[in-house]
Amino acid sequence: MNIHEYQAKEILRTYGVPLLDGGVARTPEEAEAVARRLGGTVVVKAQIHAGGRGKGGGVKVVKSPEEAREFARKLLGNPLVTHQTGPEGRIVRQVLVEQGCDIARELYLGVVVDRGTGRVAVIASQEGGVEIEEVAARNPDAIYRELLDPLVGFAPYQGRRLAFRLGLPKELTTKAVAFFTALVRAFLERDASMLEINPLVVTKGGDLIALDAKMGADDNALFRQPAVRAYRDEHEEDPREREAAKFDLSYIALSGNIGCMVNGAGLAMATMDIVKYAGGEPANFLDVGGGANAEKVREAFRILLSDASVRAIFINVFGGILRCDVFAEGVVAAAREVGLGIPLVVRMEGTNVDRGKQILAESGLAIESAADMAEGARLAVAAAKRGLA
Amino acid sequence: MSILIDKSTRVIIQGITGATGQFHAKACREYGTQIVGGVTPGKGGTDLEGIPIFDTVEQAVRETGATATCIFVPPPFAADAIMEAADAKLPLAICITEGVPTLDMVRCARFLEGKATRLIGPNCPGVITPGECKIGIMPGYIHKPGTIGVVSRSGTLTYEAVHQLTRLGIGQSTCVGIGGDPIIGTGYIDVLRLYQADPKTEGVILIGEIGGTAEEDAAAFIKAHVTKPVTAFIAGQTAPKGKRMGHAGAIIAGGRGTAADKIRAFEVAGVRVAKSPADLGTTMAAALGR
Repeated sequence: MNIHEYQAKEILRTYGVPLLDGGVARTPEEAEAVARRLGGTVVVKAQIHAGGRGKGGGVKVVKSPEEAREFARKLLGNPLVTHQTGPEGRIVRQVLVEQGCDIARELYLGVVVDRGTGRVAVIASQEGGVEIEEVAARNPDAIYRELLDPLVGFAPYQGRRLAFRLGLPKELTTKAVAFFTALVRAFLERDASMLEINPLVVTKGGDLIALDAKMGADDNALFRQPAVRAYRDEHEEDPREREAAKFDLSYIALSGNIGCMVNGAGLAMATMDIVKYAGGEPANFLDVGGGANAEKVREAFRILLSDASVRAIFINVFGGILRCDVFAEGVVAAAREVGLGIPLVVRMEGTNVDRGKQILAESGLAIESAADMAEGARLAVAAAKRGLA
Repeated sequence: MSILIDKSTRVIIQGITGATGQFHAKACREYGTQIVGGVTPGKGGTDLEGIPIFDTVEQAVRETGATATCIFVPPPFAADAIMEAADAKLPLAICITEGVPTLDMVRCARFLEGKATRLIGPNCPGVITPGECKIGIMPGYIHKPGTIGVVSRSGTLTYEAVHQLTRLGIGQSTCVGIGGDPIIGTGYIDVLRLYQADPKTEGVILIGEIGGTAEEDAAAFIKAHVTKPVTAFIAGQTAPKGKRMGHAGAIIAGGRGTAADKIRAFEVAGVRVAKSPADLGTTMAAALGR
């Protein structure tokens, strides 16, 4: 789960990470009031869950409270398009108004879980304000990495080493170590999956400031992070993805017209792949999970059918713990209840498969049965094309 | 021969009194696995259909001579359960639990360093040596004793591969689900090393998916150290960037972890890659010259 910049900064402030004074605003008048309180030059920043806001026109330095109000008016309630939002953009529902500052240098600082080593890593680079992936591709030696020993945490010597590598003046070493340490503490104690300060700014006055902040939370740890959980912004989520999450279904919307329902993440991805291989386009990724019951199957069905672009449904199930007969009963009940207006192709294998196939056949529903994955994909693609004709 | 487990493996189930633990303890026993005990704190002294239950792993190991554990403990307590198994010096811990917080696994992985316990998982279907021992949630009947190793980050996609092999008359030596999380106990390379050393294993199917660089690392290892035929499949060729595809580890982030990169790495290493998931079995058959 991702959170907004202003939310990430609220968290970081409690850990003593140095930030500019500022406030969030949901109306132009609120933005004006925050700017007035701050005084002087301020920055108005659109709050959406996507990068590239500056280039997309969502960030502006303004000289007066009135100007802050007018820029906020332009942003609020309107979509902001960046290279990460897609062409439709994201509606801006709040802006962050912050003090201006005199930037001497822009650096990059991030904390992530390094999969290769199984350790938390602090990553830094002298090239701030640029996407770190870009730096990694162009000049990997310009990225400095410190791995944390989980039994020790972030050691001061690692902070000093990073500070010197970043070329910070020696008077700033103590401040830098404190900054890094606070950031790591926030990451660990809030169960983050990533935390990025880009840019980390050295001001002309000799301060270190987290000018931007991006934070992702580990979904698996949200149960013990109520404060982070409360930051969930449903507007930033696809409505079907949100609906699916309520029923513990894993759903990702895609742009095709073949709705897929599968048990298991790997098989669900492979099903998308084989649909594409057969000349079709999957409308979604949907993993109903191992413990699917009739209710989950019904909800999954409902979600698939709520996508107006879906022309055919392909169900691909390999029963293990999930028995085919139970699944088939769920499908039949759902199809009857929700109403099935489009072709349904079912490929079923595994535990109690014969009984499952019998249930589908006896249901009287227009279900096309496939012997294997490849045939199922072919049938679904053909059905979707018929549906379009 | 086989890897990791065989008919002499003595297994305890951590979390045996939960619904999932109970169900699979019985299913594994029906398959022929020696389920010698279970652990549920506070339920020591009782039993599940004749399987004795203990309060602690240490006690269970002492009383039953267990050599492996299968963990069904809920996510908030799973990392602790793994550490308890390692403290009891069990050689093998298989953690089925899905949804373990990543930072719990960071600490757990550090705890396991230098200990005698090999961890498989978490978020995995388990390990099976067909006809001998099944520790996990996979449907036993689709397997057939034989000579092909199957190692995978995915559950049901592994069943798919096994099913295709069995239908072609090709049996399996041992199938290992290593798990779909970012931090797991045993990776592809560890399992490939075991397959390479196992005289019974003649070939390996490796099933990967988008996210991380474990497949790329495995490809480099195969090129340098594996002489047996290896075939591969990568799920998620059509997955969008930046979206977590069900598994916590299955995400293309920062331009890394794409299926195309992984497939290229395998091809460079001389590994045959199945283009379609319908060809998992036939690709291996072709590699074996059958």
